[in-house]
Amino acid sequence: MGGDAMSTLTADTRRIIYQRPSMLTDRSSHYCPGCGHGIIHRLVAELLDEMDLGPRTIGVASVGCSVFAYDYLPVDFVESPHGRAPAVATGVRRVRPDAFVFTYQGDGDLAAIGTAEIVHAAARGERFSVIFVNNGIYGMTGGQMAPTTLLNQRTTSTPTGREASSTGYPIPITEMLALLPGVTYAARGSIADPAWIGRTKAMLRRAFEIQLGGGGLTIVEVLSTCPVGWGMTPAKAMEHLARDVVEVYPLGVIVDRQKAATPRTAEA
Amino acid sequence: MAVLAAIAESVAEIDQADRPVLMKGNEAMAEAAIQAGCDAYFGYPITPQAELLEWMARRMPELGRVFVQAESEIAAINMALGAAATGARVLVSSSSPGISLMAEGMSYLAGSELPMVVINVMRGGPGLGSIGPSQSDYFQATKGHGHGDYRVPVLAPSSIAEAVSLVADAFEVAERYRTPVMILADGVIGQAMEPVVPSYRMPPRTLGDWELTGADGRPPRVVRSLHLEPEGLEAHNRALQAKFKRISEREVRWAGEGLDDAEIAIVAYGTAARVARTAIERAREHGMNVGLFRPISLWPFPSEALAETTRSLRAIVVVELSAGQMVEDVRLAIEGRTPVFFHGRTGGMVPTPGEVLDVLRRAWALTAPIEICAREGSTDGR
Repeated sequence: MGGDAMSTLTADTRRIIYQRPSMLTDRSSHYCPGCGHGIIHRLVAELLDEMDLGPRTIGVASVGCSVFAYDYLPVDFVESPHGRAPAVATGVRRVRPDAFVFTYQGDGDLAAIGTAEIVHAAARGERFSVIFVNNGIYGMTGGQMAPTTLLNQRTTSTPTGREASSTGYPIPITEMLALLPGVTYAARGSIADPAWIGRTKAMLRRAFEIQLGGGGLTIVEVLSTCPVGWGMTPAKAMEHLARDVVEVYPLGVIVDRQKAATPRTAEA
Repeated sequence: MAVLAAIAESVAEIDQADRPVLMKGNEAMAEAAIQAGCDAYFGYPITPQAELLEWMARRMPELGRVFVQAESEIAAINMALGAAATGARVLVSSSSPGISLMAEGMSYLAGSELPMVVINVMRGGPGLGSIGPSQSDYFQATKGHGHGDYRVPVLAPSSIAEAVSLVADAFEVAERYRTPVMILADGVIGQAMEPVVPSYRMPPRTLGDWELTGADGRPPRVVRSLHLEPEGLEAHNRALQAKFKRISEREVRWAGEGLDDAEIAIVAYGTAARVARTAIERAREHGMNVGLFRPISLWPFPSEALAETTRSLRAIVVVELSAGQMVEDVRLAIEGRTPVFFHGRTGGMVPTPGEVLDVLRRAWALTAPIEICAREGSTDGR
């Protein structure tokens, strides 16, 4: 590009409208092409920036692909055993009342091996935020059935498709948790399209604000994709998410106990 | 390894009367932890350690400190992991079946190098077993718990007063080496009441460069045990092994009683050592010179001291509340130089002094008298 063309853009007229958040490290990702974690990491990073939370944050990484969240979010992190992140976060929170604490957990971690820990953290109304990424599969170990896997979905441990007769039904665990009075906010968003990415960010912001305001447990389930595990192209995976997955896991705010009697809506 | 900076020079002495108080072991250990500056306790009810949890439930909130009754021992040790990662002084306690559930956490604590004190008030096993006293978790405590190459210092009190002082020592060792430390007590130590002159102690606090406090004005920190690159994990393991070597060189503890003129040594720890003491008195009344070698650190096991002390004895008698676990370490230590006899009871049964005396008589009868000229000097030590 010639210098003359640039010269009409002075420092006064140029404006940065999009950049890497300072709370997202500048390194290449280990996630597979089309994986949803990159989008969700970015939403968290933007909020850490916008709410100036970085210096007081202690994150809890769980077991699964997202254990390496600490490679991308430059805040203090403790790594939890599989499923135990809500217990680890409870310990952090209780001795560090001024910290901003969140867990970042997948669906195998939260809805299978870690059900006791999430249910009781919710029952106690622990004051931390749960970022629950649901892609309906065990991605890191090669695409086995998760508790959230849809009926008829093929995985490496349900090679002919998930059958209710032998493997039961997908668990709507966020709705189950929302029944508990200790859960101040529960919502389900998605990364299937830009509009829902924006709504999901608003849900996360609401969850973080409630934590900072002294509320109980806040959880935002984010429906995400695993193109490699699903055996789809990234584009197909997004279509499947927007069309089929949301039929089983409806989007929207499930409960917001700091708003009086909020009916379930499609808007965050 | 953290660069540790001492922030308190001297040991804080707690104001206390010198008169003995009648205390239950579980409660004495709980109060010892409180006086040692324990910031947070996480537990789950299980017999025979429930009084420890109950004591903490009452006392910790009084002091503005953290008490959480967890939904399981798995949750308890992971809450403790989270609290310890921020630099807090943390205690968890349980009994045998609960310690099995904490095994996963122990492996992660060792891998993440987090300091913590874990009290096991042992009961009879395997499985649900019984609620009676036992020493059948020796293998579990000293050889493993969870997966991976790691060791955890294990301290075994044989009286309530000793339990009180070992709790403070355990916090100090845990923080000095960034490692969980286990107090291996048994149902008798936990449940019995003894007059104790409480010698509480607050170990000095040290601050490292690893605690999670929020990355405010410094680079972020990660407390982790995952190292996917084989070279990285091997380097981590080498550093851990070097630490375990330092511990095994510096943290050996044992006590000897009446070993100077002994021809037979009983090797016993915890409650078994109490029984042994009575048997030794009776043996001496019958003309058998018997002494007591009492390991206090079960890992590191006092192998060298035991080998040195018993080199010229005619026999060793090992007494345990188990089917025979520590006896394997005794045999490894003495390398076949001295005949080893064993007596153990299981299932919550405690060996009687009479039973031990019978084994001593058998050992005396089956072994040759030692030559006095072969004897060494004083063998008592710590």
